[in-house]
Amino acid sequence: MRLGEIITAGVMALLSIYLMWKSTELNVGYITGEGPGGGAWPFWLAGIMLVCTGFIAINWVRRSSPPSQSEEPLLDGYGKKMLVLVGGGLLGFIALVDIISMYGAMAVFLLYYLRFLGRHSWSLTLILTTSLPIGFFFFFEALMRVTMPKGLPFTEPFFNILYNIIY
Amino acid sequence: MEILGLLTDGIFVSLQPINIMLILVGVTLGLFIGAMPGLGSVNGVAILLPITFLVPPGSAIIFLAAIYYGAMYGGAISSITLGIPGASTAVATTFDGRPLALKGRASLALVTAAVASFIGGSVANVLFTIFAPLLAKVALIFGPPEIFALMLLAFATFVGLGGDDLPKTILSICLGLVFAAVGFDEISGAPRLVFFDISGFLHGINFLVLAIGVYGIGEMIWTIESTRGEITTTEAKMSVKGIVSDAKEGMRRGWKGTAIGSFLGFFVGILPAAGATPGSLMSYGVSKMISKNPKEFGQGHPGGVAAPEAANNSASTGAMLPMLTLGIPGSPTTAILLGGMVIWGLTPGPRLFTDQPEFVWGLIGSFYISNVFALIVNLSFIPLFIWMLRMPFTVLAPLIFILSVVGGYAATQDMHDVWLMLIFGFGAYFLRKLDYPLAPAVLAIVLGPIAEPTLRQSLLLSSGDATIFLTRPIAGPITVIAIILILLPAFKMLKDRMKGPKSNPAG
Amino acid sequence: MNLTKRTFGKLAAATAFASMLASSVAAFEPNKPIDFVIMAGAGGGADQIARFLQSVAEKKDLTTRPLVPNNKGGGSGAEALIALNNASDKDHTILVTLNSFFTTPLRQENLGIDIQTFTPVAMMGVDPFVLWVHKDSGITTFEQWLDEVKKGDYIMGGTGKGQEDSLVITYLEQNFDLKIKYIPYSGGGAVAKDLAGKQIMATVNNPSETKGFYQNGDVVPLLAFSDERMPAFPDVPTIKEKGKDFSYYNQRAVVGAPGMSDDAAKYYQDLFKTIYETEEWQAYMESESLSPLWMDPEQQKAYWKTQVENHKKLLAEMGE
Repeated sequence: MRLGEIITAGVMALLSIYLMWKSTELNVGYITGEGPGGGAWPFWLAGIMLVCTGFIAINWVRRSSPPSQSEEPLLDGYGKKMLVLVGGGLLGFIALVDIISMYGAMAVFLLYYLRFLGRHSWSLTLILTTSLPIGFFFFFEALMRVTMPKGLPFTEPFFNILYNIIY
Repeated sequence: MEILGLLTDGIFVSLQPINIMLILVGVTLGLFIGAMPGLGSVNGVAILLPITFLVPPGSAIIFLAAIYYGAMYGGAISSITLGIPGASTAVATTFDGRPLALKGRASLALVTAAVASFIGGSVANVLFTIFAPLLAKVALIFGPPEIFALMLLAFATFVGLGGDDLPKTILSICLGLVFAAVGFDEISGAPRLVFFDISGFLHGINFLVLAIGVYGIGEMIWTIESTRGEITTTEAKMSVKGIVSDAKEGMRRGWKGTAIGSFLGFFVGILPAAGATPGSLMSYGVSKMISKNPKEFGQGHPGGVAAPEAANNSASTGAMLPMLTLGIPGSPTTAILLGGMVIWGLTPGPRLFTDQPEFVWGLIGSFYISNVFALIVNLSFIPLFIWMLRMPFTVLAPLIFILSVVGGYAATQDMHDVWLMLIFGFGAYFLRKLDYPLAPAVLAIVLGPIAEPTLRQSLLLSSGDATIFLTRPIAGPITVIAIILILLPAFKMLKDRMKGPKSNPAG
Repeated sequence: MNLTKRTFGKLAAATAFASMLASSVAAFEPNKPIDFVIMAGAGGGADQIARFLQSVAEKKDLTTRPLVPNNKGGGSGAEALIALNNASDKDHTILVTLNSFFTTPLRQENLGIDIQTFTPVAMMGVDPFVLWVHKDSGITTFEQWLDEVKKGDYIMGGTGKGQEDSLVITYLEQNFDLKIKYIPYSGGGAVAKDLAGKQIMATVNNPSETKGFYQNGDVVPLLAFSDERMPAFPDVPTIKEKGKDFSYYNQRAVVGAPGMSDDAAKYYQDLFKTIYETEEWQAYMESESLSPLWMDPEQQKAYWKTQVENHKKLLAEMGE
């Protein structure tokens, strides 16, 4: 944790500096008779962030905040495994959306999570992986008129059939 | 007394069998739309507007009012059961609703939310009926300096919200405010902070993208890790008796919050530039401030659920006021309703009350009825939501992730925002582990887009003279109160330090 | 009454649908929801018009797949233009535009948008601008207004630098030798509200946004920026009568994605012509004081050229 604390503070400091630099694209000063320029608000707030990271670093040196006293690792073995399995699963889910459509990606993610992480029975897994995406499709596309990404063109014939049902 | 007659007519019209049916369908539909993160009353109203052309205008209005009310009640459901605020108005509901659910008291939270919503809605309806034309004048007095002063006050009520680590809390607030500035600078009319020239940043960072990232992904991963996946959210059983006792407990401990939310929410809600979100946030902050046990807020206090829920319901009704009386939409939902009224051939504006009294009072009449039905429908669905929570966590978790991704997309219909949400989620997970409070960032991204433009508009009005916030008759007192509230904790800290220097070294 | 009205409506819809079927033999038909991009955020004037068009299409059952409104107002509409430029399905993506269709590509050249590549669909009408003051100011004529502004410290509100109303205000400043302080707001509704609340002294707004306050007598129109006097305000002089050869309208047009197939373009052109001719749209134009300005696709392309030239000049005057 202790190491994580100072690294995170460093990352936040870099982020603040980047935000300050990016804000200077617009006027960050005070224009007489008009008030602050377009970049002033984010620039000075990012400046305060930078100052805050400084205080966090001081607290780290003085070991006065709980994370800076803790010698436990930020991520233990379980944490690492969990982050890879769950976080990686989510990453895969979102990456698949543009390829096999929101609904297809949803089904794959459910299959992965329920069967391989949750170790549920195949019957429960298959019921949920098919019924949920179809339910979402009808809720969003038919009822709410919100169109979700359909992925690459090869999914088109399949969705055309579904659209013929709902419209 | 003419008003009363028109109002009774409106209520009777709503009570016709066909209209009751429409109300039931509308409220139920609204409840689910509101409960779905990323969707809100704005979607419900927008999508169903075309359908309403198929029924007579009178029934159409009733149907829309029912959806509007249903969605307001529904917002609390995802905040409590999933821990994701479904709409910006329900952010504050997560602060205490989620802890209650994790303690196995989800039913208490849901019932309290429903009852508080009902009271908030009822108070607002009565205020609306009596004071509408007068309040419209108040709304006009609030120019940019007044709205900014109000935002300052909203921040002030939240001073105590952060964690114990002061630098991290301030960092979190500033991060939220900077994110709120991404996209476009309204005053200079120039693109701003468009990171790496990615066009998705042009529309700014939507509040929901950050909120779902923090709560739906970051908090979820953290929960899975810290409980080693062995989490059970609730063991509570539901029964009619249970609902009654929950309602009693909720009101016993949350009546103050409900009262504050009902009135404060309404008054903030009628201001077109402010609206329901600051109203519900301020009500939460004020309830915490005046509570005898402010430490219990955030740990699962029914008052912390009642205040924002009463407020957002009351404020959403209040938001109708500027739309009807001035033709100014206070929220995207009312903006779309405004469009609907134009399509029906009505001109919203100061003359609507005199030219079209049947429409106005019919609408308000259907608010009264929809509010009652929304309460009944909501209460009868609570067992279903509790049942959902009792699913094994390995089923519930993927469901929450899917709702997060779908909700993140539905809000702006842009995959860019889904990726951004994932990044925020991972970031929030690490920050959460290191005791960074993230609620202030979420609040800041909600209030920032109101605070910054009004600040700069005010300074333009005064030619750069900052005393405009103190010299205007309404802005002045609000600013002074806000400043006192902000400085109060600092004084207290100083006093504590003088008294007992050996008490814990402040961070 | 209701019953007959409804039956009639259904009948009309049925006939319209039948004639659609007859006219579109083997031509393009959308086979998925149509992405109906709106160049502004939810609630503004452009959004209301888009949703009205959608409602009419829905009510009359004019399309086999629904028009799905999609607000992309970011960066003064830059986001919408990019979305159309990069549309994955060009035959199912159309855009409701306003004048930022011309100004945004000029002001943000790095976007690399050439509007001449877009597919013209329909010009649904143009929205004229009017100069308004609060009735308490006591000003009733444009000349009085000029005198008042010349006293100095005059504050006007609008929807932002480079937006339609600010171009008109800049024109006034330069051609009548005025100095005006300009406060930007997020939308036309907010501007109208702050005029009625006397936070600002005057505005240049579309009549639809100020209508409620006008009917109540809170605000007074002084000058119309249309070519001829507007039917809704017969007593309000135009700027042309004041000796300046100037007029300014906000376009309410529908365009298709660049590279749309000819069949699809024909389909949408026919669709919006049908909508244009409906009683509903005609009544809407009248009640919202829009001026009809129907154009065929070729005329639209020519119109774009002249508008781009006009806006180049106006923006140059602004110093942008």
